[in-house]
Amino acid sequence: MNLMNLLPLPELASAHGYKIDFIIYVVHGLMFALFVGWALFILYVLFRFHRRRHPKASYHGIHTHWSTGLEVFIAIFEVALLVGLSIPFWSSHVDAAPNRTDTVELRVVGEQFAWNVHYPGADGVFGKTDIIHIDQQSNPLGIDPNDPHGKDDITSPNLHLPIGRPAYIHLTSKDVIHCFSLPVMRVKQDVIPGMSIPVWFTPTKTGEFEIACAQLCGLGHYKMRAGLIIHSDEDFQSWLDEQAAASAVEYDDFFN
Amino acid sequence: MSDAIPYAVDIRPDTGLNNGKMGIWLFLASEVMLFGGLFSSYVLLRTGASHWPLGVDEGLNIWLGLVNTIVLITSSVTMVMAWASLKMQDFDKFKKFLGATLLLSCVFLVVKAFEYGGKFAHGSVPSKNTFLAIYFVLTGVHGLHIIGGMVVNGYFWGPGSKMWKTDPERFTGRIEIAGLYWHFVDLVWIFLFPVLYLL
Amino acid sequence: MDNSLDSSHSASFWRKYVFSIDHKWIGIQYGITGLLFLLFGFCLMLLMRWQLAYPERPLPFFGAWFGELRMPEGVMLPEFYNQLGAMHGTIMIFLGVVPLAVGAFGNYFVPLQIGAPDMAFPRLNMASYWAYFLGGVTMLISFFVPGGAANSGWTSYPPLAVIATTGQTLWLFGMIFLITSSLLGSINFIVTIFQLRAPGMTLMRMPFFVWTQLTTAFLLLLAFPALEVAAILQLMDRLADTSFFMPSGLVVSGEIQDYSGGGSVLLYQHLFWFLAHPEVYVLILPAMGIITEIIANNTRKPIGGYKPMVYALVFLGFMSFVVWAHHMFLTGMGTAISSFFQATTMIISIPSIVILAALMLTLWGGSIRFNVPMLFALAFLPMFGIGGLTGLPLGLSTADIHLHDTYYVIGHFHYVVAPGTLFALFSGIYYWFPKVTGRKMNEFLGHLHFWPTFISMNIIFMPMLIQGLAGMSRRLWDGGLTYADTTPEGVLTGGILTAGIIGLHKVISMGAWTMALFQIPFIFNFFWSIWWGKKVTSDNPWEATTLEWAAPSPPPHGNFATVPVTYRGPYEYSVPDAERDFSPQFQETI
Ligand code: HEA
Ligand code: HEA
Ligand code: CUA
Ligand SMILES: [Cu+2]
Repeated sequence: MNLMNLLPLPELASAHGYKIDFIIYVVHGLMFALFVGWALFILYVLFRFHRRRHPKASYHGIHTHWSTGLEVFIAIFEVALLVGLSIPFWSSHVDAAPNRTDTVELRVVGEQFAWNVHYPGADGVFGKTDIIHIDQQSNPLGIDPNDPHGKDDITSPNLHLPIGRPAYIHLTSKDVIHCFSLPVMRVKQDVIPGMSIPVWFTPTKTGEFEIACAQLCGLGHYKMRAGLIIHSDEDFQSWLDEQAAASAVEYDDFFN
Repeated sequence: MSDAIPYAVDIRPDTGLNNGKMGIWLFLASEVMLFGGLFSSYVLLRTGASHWPLGVDEGLNIWLGLVNTIVLITSSVTMVMAWASLKMQDFDKFKKFLGATLLLSCVFLVVKAFEYGGKFAHGSVPSKNTFLAIYFVLTGVHGLHIIGGMVVNGYFWGPGSKMWKTDPERFTGRIEIAGLYWHFVDLVWIFLFPVLYLL
Repeated sequence: MDNSLDSSHSASFWRKYVFSIDHKWIGIQYGITGLLFLLFGFCLMLLMRWQLAYPERPLPFFGAWFGELRMPEGVMLPEFYNQLGAMHGTIMIFLGVVPLAVGAFGNYFVPLQIGAPDMAFPRLNMASYWAYFLGGVTMLISFFVPGGAANSGWTSYPPLAVIATTGQTLWLFGMIFLITSSLLGSINFIVTIFQLRAPGMTLMRMPFFVWTQLTTAFLLLLAFPALEVAAILQLMDRLADTSFFMPSGLVVSGEIQDYSGGGSVLLYQHLFWFLAHPEVYVLILPAMGIITEIIANNTRKPIGGYKPMVYALVFLGFMSFVVWAHHMFLTGMGTAISSFFQATTMIISIPSIVILAALMLTLWGGSIRFNVPMLFALAFLPMFGIGGLTGLPLGLSTADIHLHDTYYVIGHFHYVVAPGTLFALFSGIYYWFPKVTGRKMNEFLGHLHFWPTFISMNIIFMPMLIQGLAGMSRRLWDGGLTYADTTPEGVLTGGILTAGIIGLHKVISMGAWTMALFQIPFIFNFFWSIWWGKKVTSDNPWEATTLEWAAPSPPPHGNFATVPVTYRGPYEYSVPDAERDFSPQFQETI
């Protein structure tokens, strides 16, 4: 039996995710050991020192220092988790950017109750956006029609990514706080209006997964779900081309 | 049957305080947290802002602010004098000094009302920008504290002063407590004035 | 600031029962009001549990009561679900548990346990109750304003809460009343404990319960102002159109919002959690105090390590002011700040472990009586244990990435507050009932209350931990159906929630309804025993050691016939060579 299947964690599809799972397993191991240890102790004590079996209490009780020892052990264990696992992960992953050249960079903008994904297009530069250009149907991101960089930009309600390349995503929100949650990628990040917060991960499995919203954001919070589609490299490229063609048509229709 | 609450007037040896005194210090500790929270919000909003107007840009009048600072400091002095008069058993003087404190607090509020009025007249309302918003909240919460202090002082100046005849020691204690509160409100203003008007 | 108690000797009905200044009657007022709110919060939750177990199915029988705006044809609207969630959290915490733990138990027993005739400021005490009452009424009224009660979670994060319906404004006003109430109460507690201790009652002879109330009072005194600031600023944002929490450039449903902007969204969260983290210790510390009294009493031996427990408690109180941002790990925190808050969070778990370990070691060598209060107190230990332990993965920001805002968090804190704190409160009610009424509650009905409640609590909250690990978000109106891995037609969707994980909602709801059923013996027992319970023959029926048992049952006005003198520490049970197995603090001879 694989120990790493004891907890009902969802499927894992990102390169860094095992580190998070590992911490979760190690802490739960500690928790389990402590709980079972103390529970056995309590059950034994309740049996042994039941009034019927032990009519006269001892004033002095237990003479031992092992509980202090246990507390020191727990403290050391916690420090080890922090210094050995959690903090290094935070500084090397959460608080850092991917350092590869094949990174896919994009923006995701949350709104009540949908996700808008913004790809920079062939030129690799995001078009300028401004709220005055927002049109819920045709231009939900408010891409500036006069900015040449915006002409080739692609927007999509679902998140399409290639396998094996880091995806570097800048998160913002148009209205209230949302939470960008990709359970299978072990990625979760609050999406806060007025701030742009990056996250990154490297998908390791192709397939269809989901984006969930984890922060209460209003009536439709429960259904603020979008697709997360991981393609092979070629498929991703052809998806991009398709979108580019389609959005070029749409773009011309709308602005000319 | 033990009927009275101990240490309402006399001092408990191991703490060195009576109940009221300890109560007011605790209350002030909580007030420090309240205004601390407001000041922290000010700092956070200001450091996060792309543009932060100076008080004068938004029509704050430094001179009026300064006058009010002096008014409040003076009222703190008269408050001490009121308490000191009681200590010296001079009830008439107490009445005069506490009356002066009340009068000065009125002056403060009137000046403040003029300032508010002027700003509203010029459309400088809280919703105009974050500086004005925090300005109105800080001075408004402080103003409420002034009004609260005036209610208490007014009570001790008027109907509450009857206690001087029945229980002078207790009454003196109450004035001391009211004074501590008043000094605190004064102190808050001494922070507010430079922060809002000058910086 | 008044010291006269005399007025109520010949007091009128109003003075005696409504605007009483007797700490015991105020305690009872707090107790009854708190229990009613607890029941109300419980009912809100039972409704939510229907929707979670059977999404979009009409609620039989009761469904029709709620009208078209809330449950048209008995089917709950998301609007109403969100109101229920926000108000369940708010009511349970601020109107149920804290008023019971502090307002009721603290008010009634702190003066008794330190040998005082009353609280230091009886009138302030009364004002504190009535401020609480007004806060509660405001919250109740909010259900009936257009748009219903607050619906942005008990956390009320802006911008959502700022653009929310009128109920949110009432929520904020209600909170301001409750803050005022806590402030008045906490000053009163601290002064009472420092100033009114009877002769011989040194700090280190105070029952642990009094220590927990003292620490709690400091937390309330110093943490609540932060929420007051948050409430004032949010009120301004809602009523005066300021932008304290509103950043520039918000577009809600395609409409550009007309705000000056420039505010900070995260400022609110900092202010809120600066209060709300200490607040969770306000929920648990008095509970620890209550069960310490009961465990010492029913093991018939001193608790193992009074001093370490006191030090741990005070340290916990201090630390609780510097862990607040562990609720905000995913708001875009850098390494330095997240490391700081992770470290403080790990540190704060140690004093809890010290206190719990001391209590568990106390059992060793005891002569354990298994009465109803003791059963609840014993059950507290492993239940708080599970709740506390599940705090650890949440406190490691890396693990929190997966667990944040999932049912794991719901499971974590319910284990501490429901089978934790609530059990301590039940335990305290059964234990001190004879002191307050002169009668005991029925043991059989007590068992009928304890065992099913204990079992259902675990049936309710253990599956939540599993759902959370599986990735189910909290606050979902449809209980996660949107994220199911297959559609009802059997099409794969890429979702993560299997039918089994979603199906646990049914198990949980069944557990909750079963538990509701077994609260009836308690409610019946409670009221029945007030009038017809078995009379106690002694003022000290449990043969306890602390000062409240020196007073008559129920204690008269002014509490003690003569000012009690304290001769020794609080838990001198089974002292060698003593003639009895308990040596009360108030008796000179052992
Ligand atoms: C009474 C209430 C209470 C208590 C005591 C605690 C205690 C702790 N809490 Fe909890 N917490 C809440 C109430 C509480 N919490 C609430 C209400 C929320 C959610 C708010 C919201 O978002 O709505 C929350 C959320 C919350 C979060 C945020 C999660 C998130 O949103 O992502 C975190 C993260 O660090 C956390 C951590 C902790 C820790 C480390 C402790 C520690 O203090 C725990 C220390 C205790 C122990 C370590 C136990 C020791 C056990 C033993 C020694 C074994 C005993 C065994 C047997 C007897 C068999 N809590
Ligand atoms: C002290 C706090 C407290 C307590 C005790 C409880 C108790 C319970 N809670 Fe609650 N809960 C919260 C605080 C609390 N909760 C908070 C803060 C939230 C988050 C809200 C948000 O998302 O913003 C929440 C959310 C929450 C959810 C998640 C909703 C969601 O995310 O969509 C659920 C789901 O099942 C739930 C269930 C329960 C259950 C089954 C209990 C049970 O344990 C209830 C047990 C109660 C009793 C057994 C009552 C007994 C009372 C009596 C018997 C009265 C007697 C009366 C007289 C004698 C007069 N709670
Ligand atoms: Cu968006 Cu929840
Ligand atoms: Cu916390």
